[in-house]
Amino acid sequence: MSQLQHKVETTFATIPKKESLWLDAWKRLRRRKLAMLGGGIVLFFIILAVLAPVLTPYPYDGAELSQRFIKPMEEGHWLGTDDLGRDLFTRIVYGAQISLRVGFLAVVGSIIVGTYLGLVAGYYGKWIDMIISRVFDIMLAFPSILLAIAIVTILGRSLTNALIAIAIINVPTYGRLVRSKVLSLKEEEFIMAAKAIGMKNWRIIYHHLLPNSMTPIIVQGTLGIATAIIETAALGFLGLGAVPPTPEWGTMLADSKDYIQLAPWTVIFPGLSIMLVVLGFNLLGDGLRDALDPKMKQ
Amino acid sequence: MFAYTVRRLIMLIPVLIGMSILVFSIIHLIPGDPAKTLLGEKASPEVLEKMREDLGLNDPLLVQYKNYMVNLLQGDLGTSIKTKRSISEEIKPYLAATVELTFFAMLFAVIVGVNAGIIAAWKQNSWFDYIAMLIALIGVSMPVFWLGLMEQYIFAQKLQWLPSIGRDSILNPINSITNFYIIDTVIQGDFDGLKQILKHLILPSIALGTIPMAIIARMTRSSMLEVMKADYIRTARAKGVAQFFLVYKHALKNAFIPVLTVVGLQTGLLLGGAVLTETIFAWPGVGKYLYDAISVRDYPVIQSGILMIATIFVIINLIVDLLYSAIDPRIRYQ
Repeated sequence: MSQLQHKVETTFATIPKKESLWLDAWKRLRRRKLAMLGGGIVLFFIILAVLAPVLTPYPYDGAELSQRFIKPMEEGHWLGTDDLGRDLFTRIVYGAQISLRVGFLAVVGSIIVGTYLGLVAGYYGKWIDMIISRVFDIMLAFPSILLAIAIVTILGRSLTNALIAIAIINVPTYGRLVRSKVLSLKEEEFIMAAKAIGMKNWRIIYHHLLPNSMTPIIVQGTLGIATAIIETAALGFLGLGAVPPTPEWGTMLADSKDYIQLAPWTVIFPGLSIMLVVLGFNLLGDGLRDALDPKMKQ
Repeated sequence: MFAYTVRRLIMLIPVLIGMSILVFSIIHLIPGDPAKTLLGEKASPEVLEKMREDLGLNDPLLVQYKNYMVNLLQGDLGTSIKTKRSISEEIKPYLAATVELTFFAMLFAVIVGVNAGIIAAWKQNSWFDYIAMLIALIGVSMPVFWLGLMEQYIFAQKLQWLPSIGRDSILNPINSITNFYIIDTVIQGDFDGLKQILKHLILPSIALGTIPMAIIARMTRSSMLEVMKADYIRTARAKGVAQFFLVYKHALKNAFIPVLTVVGLQTGLLLGGAVLTETIFAWPGVGKYLYDAISVRDYPVIQSGILMIATIFVIINLIVDLLYSAIDPRIRYQ
């Protein structure tokens, strides 16, 4: 008996310890310098957003007309002031809160609805799939910003409505992704086995199909936050997003664009912030794709 | 190919119907009375009633949709509340301006993007490769409206090299025949006018074309790298084909298929970007037309503008699909 036990133990000892998918992915991600740079940029803006009240003594909506258009690094204003004498750095860090929150929530909303629809369409097939897929086709037949404009026109101008619009327009992206993943998973043996032992449909969907579809969703979601942030800013820029004095970056650009010659910094910094955050999420998303699923790499 | 084309056209019908329902719904989904929304709170009950009658709002929804579709199929897009003119007539010059801008933006994106991608792949891991891919990375993340503002600031206001807004010079307006200013100036032999038009096109085209340019460059590079490893390239190299022809003649042919898909997809997406670019550069296109309508809540124009852009988008996607299957016949049999 003890001989057998010893044999089993030595056999198992020679098998290399298997690392979890996430640990393995993290190790691969860490090796990618650009992805880490992207992660660093995102982390930097998260810290700015969280520490906003500590980082600046000024209120983001406190107009002070005597302080209009102060140049960057003058009179205690790191990034200068805008046309109403508001501290630009303050507005940008509070703007980071808005952009990150809206980007994240919009993507989470799209993922929840899109994943659900994708799972149902892919698993049940037939007419349910046909209806859901056609709705996706119709939504994708519009350039996304245009559909967002249409939705905000219906709902009315506000940051919340912009968030809802952005969440809605991105639903088909996740829906299609999950649907195609489910279609391929459905043919796998473990799903057939689950069906054969009489497992209920909802259990197969939530315990087997959903966890196995998560990788592409996470990758697409990270890249999706970048898109959502740009879309929020675009709606704000068109006057369909946040209402002033909310320091949303796109709205700030729209408010400052007439003063570009007089005070270029009021346009440069909000735009630069959008670009950097978006770049951060894009780099991180690209890195995650390579780390989590090397096969997905083009 | 014919059967595939017919199949794709049939598949388009439910999409177009769905699109029309969605656009039709805009005016009906706005909370409250559409007539009141259009005329304002202070309108008298008689005027409101007349407006409801004119808009057909007293009819059942299905009848309203039927009338809307009948009008649409006859090319009637309704009447603008602001200008009181027929939208179908009014939209023509705007449409031409958008097509002209989109064409030049894509021309810029393809010429620069494809060549940058090819050279980056050819000279893989060189400084050109690194810089080109860095620019491409930044380009993908660039908000088009900010890039436009920065271009205006640097090239129009600081350096004063190029005009910052509009489609032609206010002092020397183009005598338009076709609404396509490039064609107009060429027909009339007005080469000073042509120079002006091209100058006006540069900044907005670059702003609009930067994101697709970056995406095309990245796609071309990865596609070229893949193809350059193929056996037939090695054979060509062994035969002594010069590197330039190897890259541009042999490799590009196969590498171009995925690039073409991206080009098509991006052309469609440009239309969305056009709304923002046209707003910044006061470019009198459909995007600007739509933006102006949004600010005065001219709902019939908003409806038509969205429908117009979405229809062009669908048509472009169809053309790309057909083109793609013509180049790569395997697609048709899937």
